[in-house]
Amino acid sequence: MSAPPRARELGMMSCHICRLVTAYSDDPHAHCPRCHSALHVRKQGSIARSWALLLAAAMFYIPANVFPIMRTQSLSSKDDNTILSGIFELWRAGSPGLAVIVFTASIVVPMLKFIIMTILLVSVQRSSGLVSKQRARLYRFVELIGYWSMLDVFVVAILSALVHFQILSRVEPLPGVVYFGVVVVLTMLSAMSFDPRLIWDNRKSQ
Amino acid sequence: MALKRRDGMHHAQNLIICEHCDSVYQKRKLSRGQVADCTVCGAVLERHQWIGVDGQFALIIAALIVFVIANVSPIVTLKLSGMAETTTLWGAVIAMWNDGAQLVAALTALTLFFFPLSQLVIFCWVLWFAREGRRAPGFAQAMTALVRVKPWSMIEVFMLGTLVAVVKAHTYFDVVPGPGIWAFGFLTVLITVFSSHDTRHLWDVTKDAKA
Ligand SMILES: [Zn+2]
Ligand SMILES: [Zn+2]
Repeated sequence: MSAPPRARELGMMSCHICRLVTAYSDDPHAHCPRCHSALHVRKQGSIARSWALLLAAAMFYIPANVFPIMRTQSLSSKDDNTILSGIFELWRAGSPGLAVIVFTASIVVPMLKFIIMTILLVSVQRSSGLVSKQRARLYRFVELIGYWSMLDVFVVAILSALVHFQILSRVEPLPGVVYFGVVVVLTMLSAMSFDPRLIWDNRKSQ
Repeated sequence: MALKRRDGMHHAQNLIICEHCDSVYQKRKLSRGQVADCTVCGAVLERHQWIGVDGQFALIIAALIVFVIANVSPIVTLKLSGMAETTTLWGAVIAMWNDGAQLVAALTALTLFFFPLSQLVIFCWVLWFAREGRRAPGFAQAMTALVRVKPWSMIEVFMLGTLVAVVKAHTYFDVVPGPGIWAFGFLTVLITVFSSHDTRHLWDVTKDAKA
């Protein structure tokens, strides 16, 4: 079976919002005749915006991991946990399964997002036609897993609300959790800014 | 702005363009459970819409009711030497706000309350009219909002977060799960069912009242 034609070759494009197929237009002010959203052949400024958001996220990722995200206070002790030490504690408390889940959501997922977005952006800028299908798959993976990193942020929020026994026992959020929330939002925005069609554009060889 | 050649494009209604790689396909009739994948990049082109408009409307009403229950009922209760502490979703938002993590409080309120709620309300509004094949007032804006808000609704993550928090707290306290947690669980299921549907399908099954 031969490959299907691409919209640009047929003089077509589709609306990002409602998927209506319209005639190709490079007018930057074109609007979808059906839903009135702005029509673009490709997301505008995609690569620059995606890079900027990714770098910003990487910068915030350092304080997110270095600073503690949560303080557990009781009569006798005061315990500050970072993301990583919180995972160890969960492991030692006898929940290795959950520790693995939190480790995946808070450490593996953000790391994968940084690595995959960098690969995608660099390869698109080099007009590499290499393993396009695999790169397309990587992009969909990033889109799918993106928001699960919010897990730890919600855990801290629930515990802070629950553990409020005056001086006896208290859980408080610490600045690390704010940085981490910012990282999740920035990486999600970076992935959304990236236009996966670029993977299939401007290839040096077919 | 009107597009040139628009008149010549009426045949385009049978076409579908892959959002991930720009390949053009003829729309196919899908049978139950079938998913059409793009042969070039492997992304999902379209899914069989297995719940009709009426069914979707019923599901949305159910989801709205469950959403209200989830938000007013306690999620978990902790007990420590005779004292009990309980919380709701809003309790968590307020705790974060008061403890100096306002940004996280805002993020929590948006992704777990305002975005999911606006999704449900907009959907309910649009579906109410779609049942008679009509487009609701503000249909275009509503559909645009649905597409934009979708990635920022995080009920599923909150569900897992509650589970982790309960296990963490269980080491030091007696934990009693409240009705809120079941409501959130049920909401997660309903949202998963909805996510398997492409809301943009409504453009094809409704007509402008004026047209
Ligand atoms: Zn449109
Ligand atoms: Zn494709």
